[in-house]
Amino acid sequence: MSGLDARLVVDRPGFHLDLALTAAPGETVALLGPNGAGKTTALRALAGLVATRGGHVRVDGAELGAVPSDRRRIGMVFQDYLLFPHLSAVDNVAFGPRCRGVRRAAARREAADWLERVGLAGYAAARPRALSGGQAQRVALARALAVRPGLLLLDEPLAALDAHTRLEVRATLRRHLAGFAGAAVLVTHDPVDALALADRIVVVEDGRSVQEGAPAEVARRPRTPYVARLVGLNLHRARADGRAVTLGDRPLPGMATSLRGEVFLAFSPSSVRLDRSAPGGPPGPRWRATIDAVESRGDRVRVLLGGASGPFAHAVAAEVTAAAVAELGLAEGGEVWAAVIGEHAQVYPA
Amino acid sequence: MTRTARRAARTPDRPLGRAPWVLVAPALTGLAFLVLPLLGLLVRAPWSTLGTRLLEPAVLEALRLSLTTATLATALSLLLGVPLAWLLARVPFPGARLVRALVTVPLVLPPVVGGVALLLVLGRRGLAGRWLDLWFGITLPFTTAGVVLAATFVAMPFLVISVEGALRAADPRYEEAAATLGADRWTVFRRVTLPLVAPGVAAGAVLCWARALGEFGATITFAGNFPGRTQTMPLAVYLALETDPQAAIVLSLVLLAVSVLVLVLLRDRWVGAG
Repeated sequence: MSGLDARLVVDRPGFHLDLALTAAPGETVALLGPNGAGKTTALRALAGLVATRGGHVRVDGAELGAVPSDRRRIGMVFQDYLLFPHLSAVDNVAFGPRCRGVRRAAARREAADWLERVGLAGYAAARPRALSGGQAQRVALARALAVRPGLLLLDEPLAALDAHTRLEVRATLRRHLAGFAGAAVLVTHDPVDALALADRIVVVEDGRSVQEGAPAEVARRPRTPYVARLVGLNLHRARADGRAVTLGDRPLPGMATSLRGEVFLAFSPSSVRLDRSAPGGPPGPRWRATIDAVESRGDRVRVLLGGASGPFAHAVAAEVTAAAVAELGLAEGGEVWAAVIGEHAQVYPA
Repeated sequence: MTRTARRAARTPDRPLGRAPWVLVAPALTGLAFLVLPLLGLLVRAPWSTLGTRLLEPAVLEALRLSLTTATLATALSLLLGVPLAWLLARVPFPGARLVRALVTVPLVLPPVVGGVALLLVLGRRGLAGRWLDLWFGITLPFTTAGVVLAATFVAMPFLVISVEGALRAADPRYEEAAATLGADRWTVFRRVTLPLVAPGVAAGAVLCWARALGEFGATITFAGNFPGRTQTMPLAVYLALETDPQAAIVLSLVLLAVSVLVLVLLRDRWVGAG
């Protein structure tokens, strides 16, 4: 099989990683997960920088599990880039070709080509210190690509950048990933990066994969509270009987399904309506809720509806306009009527 | 002054108030104790005849020998000490703590003891010296090479400690980055590690050189005191003190000047820390 086919088993005191990972040539897979989930450890295991206790790492059919880092030909872009401070940009990029035995002048020419490809032709002689975060990121990318790797690894490639540079670098990175013929694995804790850069997302929690799928699928149908929070959806477990979705023993109004058994129920905070009195409108579950928290999010306001919230076993987030907050007099500790627009909810098998 | 007035006198740049005399007095005494002897050296120096005395063949000979042997000892220390420091900092092995302790022994060992130990091992009848003599006809004690070895023995730990500290402070992830780029460990060491710790190596080398230059005890024990061959500056100073105190002062001044020069070279790393 070409591309990446790996199973990574790493044991450390208090931490166990067991992750199966595949990526086809040209495909970009994002490992998405909270801090400490083992994403970076998985990446380092792929690069041979962490000893694995079992499993395998195959790139384009070659078993690399027992091959030391320097002979794996896996390109890696580190979180803070780790450009060699004593070498110029072009010599940083030429480092890989030089290690491959290319003569200095030829390696420099090759490196200059790579710099040009990432749009930094004028920065060949610059020391890493003199580069901006975005430029350093592109040099690091060029350096990793200059190894001509079968597998490209990116550890939090955008985490070290400020918000403005991020947008710009994300776009460039997406273009380069699209142009890269090999498999690519990137690690991020930012769902936006994962959604924008990856063809497929693997959600890692506590050292194992908890959800895997196309970005749109993961964003629409989260399977763990962590993913739901990341993509900003309310997620509840429920049952379905082929006709209706039931919570406890009561069917939720306005939600029809042909599924049977355990299901997930996901709906966005903006499909929760708040009102002073029991609202009419489209069918869906409605209840009198206590307000746990009110926090502003740009031009919208996030209202957290408390504890066991109506039919739901745990808190529900609603999103309303600032005007609505003023109008309804929403404040922590207060009460309000809440309604979920049933047809906006996603129901899928658990 | 009333208590309130005194509090009011606490300016923003001295928020904790005046330094107490109980600390300042011993501090100044300590400073005087360190500086006054050096001033004495300057005051008693025969400035009028300094030029001619400096150019006396015996002085130049001792100076040349000192500079050469200290430099050779530093080169030898670099050659052996940098890899040793790398091993201690980068390769975990059983007994590493013990090895590190052993490396620092010459730092605290009286140099004379070092000289005796060198004599017992590398002397003509020594454990290893016997065979060197028998097989290769090499005799080390009481030769210039012996001076270099004695100086290396006492000075190399300074280099090892300094370089190991620099290696531990350097971010090992640069070495990982180099490995993913296809560099084997020797290439990583040569092209990444060494350049990253170059300031530490330089500082260690200067320190090592200064220590080698001042070496007395191990040298006189292992290499003896032969003018032109093993009589280095410190040995010359000691002998001159008995026969010609003025010459001793001149030689001391030269060593003092060299020490100050070393401090200037290192000022960014240590003196500048304040």
